[in-house]
Amino acid sequence: MSDRLSAIFARCRAQGRAALVTFVTGGDPTPAATSAILDALVEGGADIIELGMPFTDPMADGPAIQRANLRSLGAGTTTHDLLEIARAFRARHPDTPLILMGYANPMLARGADWFAREAAAAGVDGVICVDVPPEEDDALGPALRAAGLHPIRLATPTTDAARLPAVLDGASGFVYYVSVAGITGLQQAAQHSIDAAVARLRAATDLPIAVGFGIRSPEQAAAIGRIADAVVVGSAIVDLVGSEGANAPHAVRQFVSALAEACARQEHAA
Amino acid sequence: MTLPNSLRTQPDERGHFGQFGGRYVAETLMPMILELERAYRAAKADPAFQAEFDDLLAHYVGRPSPLYYAERLTEALRESAPAGMGPKVYFKRDELNHTGAHKINNCIGQILLARRMGKTRIIAETGAGQHGVATATVAARFGLPCTIYMGARDVERQSPNVFRMKLLGAEVRAVESGARTLKDAMNEALRDWVANVENTFYIIGTAAGPHPYPELVRDFQSVIGREAREQMLEREGRLPDLLVAAIGGGSNAIGLFHPFLDDADVAMLGVEAAGHGLETDQHAASLAGGRPGVLHGNKTFLLQDEDGQITEAHSISAGLDYPGIGPEHSWLHEIGRVQYESATDREALDAFQLLCRTEGIIPALEPSHAIAAVVRKSKEMKQDRIILANLCGRGDKDIFTVADALGVAL
Repeated sequence: MSDRLSAIFARCRAQGRAALVTFVTGGDPTPAATSAILDALVEGGADIIELGMPFTDPMADGPAIQRANLRSLGAGTTTHDLLEIARAFRARHPDTPLILMGYANPMLARGADWFAREAAAAGVDGVICVDVPPEEDDALGPALRAAGLHPIRLATPTTDAARLPAVLDGASGFVYYVSVAGITGLQQAAQHSIDAAVARLRAATDLPIAVGFGIRSPEQAAAIGRIADAVVVGSAIVDLVGSEGANAPHAVRQFVSALAEACARQEHAA
Repeated sequence: MTLPNSLRTQPDERGHFGQFGGRYVAETLMPMILELERAYRAAKADPAFQAEFDDLLAHYVGRPSPLYYAERLTEALRESAPAGMGPKVYFKRDELNHTGAHKINNCIGQILLARRMGKTRIIAETGAGQHGVATATVAARFGLPCTIYMGARDVERQSPNVFRMKLLGAEVRAVESGARTLKDAMNEALRDWVANVENTFYIIGTAAGPHPYPELVRDFQSVIGREAREQMLEREGRLPDLLVAAIGGGSNAIGLFHPFLDDADVAMLGVEAAGHGLETDQHAASLAGGRPGVLHGNKTFLLQDEDGQITEAHSISAGLDYPGIGPEHSWLHEIGRVQYESATDREALDAFQLLCRTEGIIPALEPSHAIAAVVRKSKEMKQDRIILANLCGRGDKDIFTVADALGVAL
């Protein structure tokens, strides 16, 4: 099993800070432009990169990431392009964990084994599939594990105590706590409810816990970073990619620097 | 009664019809799907639930719908058929239901479930608007606020149904994403549901989506086939030789077919929308032109490219304009129990006009695809054979579309 993820979590823990996880949609605005944006994320201080696989029907995403999917597909991005983006990223950044995030259909289109094999060969560390819950793990999970990829599971405010063990069974890499029952990029949950949820997860697993959905500012990132092992920011970065055009790498680097500083200046409680 | 080797015992406990179906939803929705399944099992076992459902179907919807022998259509088809050919054609008249289509059967069942579960808000997606109207109708009947998601393109081409929904007190949200049709409306309804799971019940309109929807929609629609089976035995003293129904998601078809699945002598034909033709990329025939994939919570045949991106469907009928199909149909196709063919926009328009003139019935464009297949089949079936087709909706909503297609200015 690839260990870039555990190495980065160990380093952040040693530095007393939360890891910063940043999301952008692959191929947004074009496949050629993505590499510079990924570099900007790393240069800005992102510890882990989530690369979104564009899909025509992103049912769990809000307007920002929906638009990013459309921009990417409109530019003709293919699965082959995504894998090339990953391969090139891995060559430039040998140590930064890279996670593919997306929906089942593009991952299963040529068979789960094909996808897992190609992703692993491209240097991907883990996969988050939004619409394959533990109940359908057979569709993708075995292929990911066989290829040495982390199947990263999502827990949500609706994941109750009875269900949590099923979610954690077969999870690896980290657990992604979706802090809002809703779609990406809109409101943030109340801090106290996130605190309680993270405490519940900690009692149930030794895996690092990342918290995302609705985190748009350094202040919010700092508050989440106090309790979680990682802070995930997506839509706010994707908005910059959408609005800044050729200046996007610069704007993204600046914004991510501010997020990284916010994560670093907090004494990590856990 | 289910037999040991029955085809009527699907899905399995995980919601799979063979390799199809399942529960491919985001984790946020998963607990809700499980709760719905528990509530449905309890309701199914509760005689009071069944009694209330039956009572509303009888006195609110107007069931049983008639089984009608289409004598003049049968004669007309015999005239153009080879000698000795031209079976008797019967219609199951679900277009006579309250709100004008079969959709209401399912909506009654689901809103009773919503009430049982203590949900206080209803959402739904709609294509042609028939399911939206049926949902708005039951929401009004039970006094629950209701939001209907409808693709902006469908809002334009089905404006009478938009007005109907508003009259019934529903809020209609036009969906501007994607191709702005049924698929996009379903995405948006799922986004609403995921953000409002605590108080909201999602009334899915077809026998698709995550388990248990394909099963419960089929069960509520199976009243069509149960009635038809009984009525046909009474009228003809035997079962029909061929059942025919149009397929978008496939709820009217599975409702007709399911009670007959174990009757080995009854053949079945599902008719997909071939749009401008299967040889073009402008059609909605997921079985003929698609392959298995995952969308909207289930694994089923989908129109998609080699990367798994969903491609746009096309049909003159907004109700069939969907790039997927219910998972039970995918399974019945795979095991060969049901045959699936398709009819083009042009064939459906011809069949539409044929039924108007021969029977004095204006059918919806959706069942016009089934009628087109009846026309085709009548040439190869003997006169002592019987076809039963599902007339699942009336055509009042479609007269503007038809006028436009025929080049008539209203």
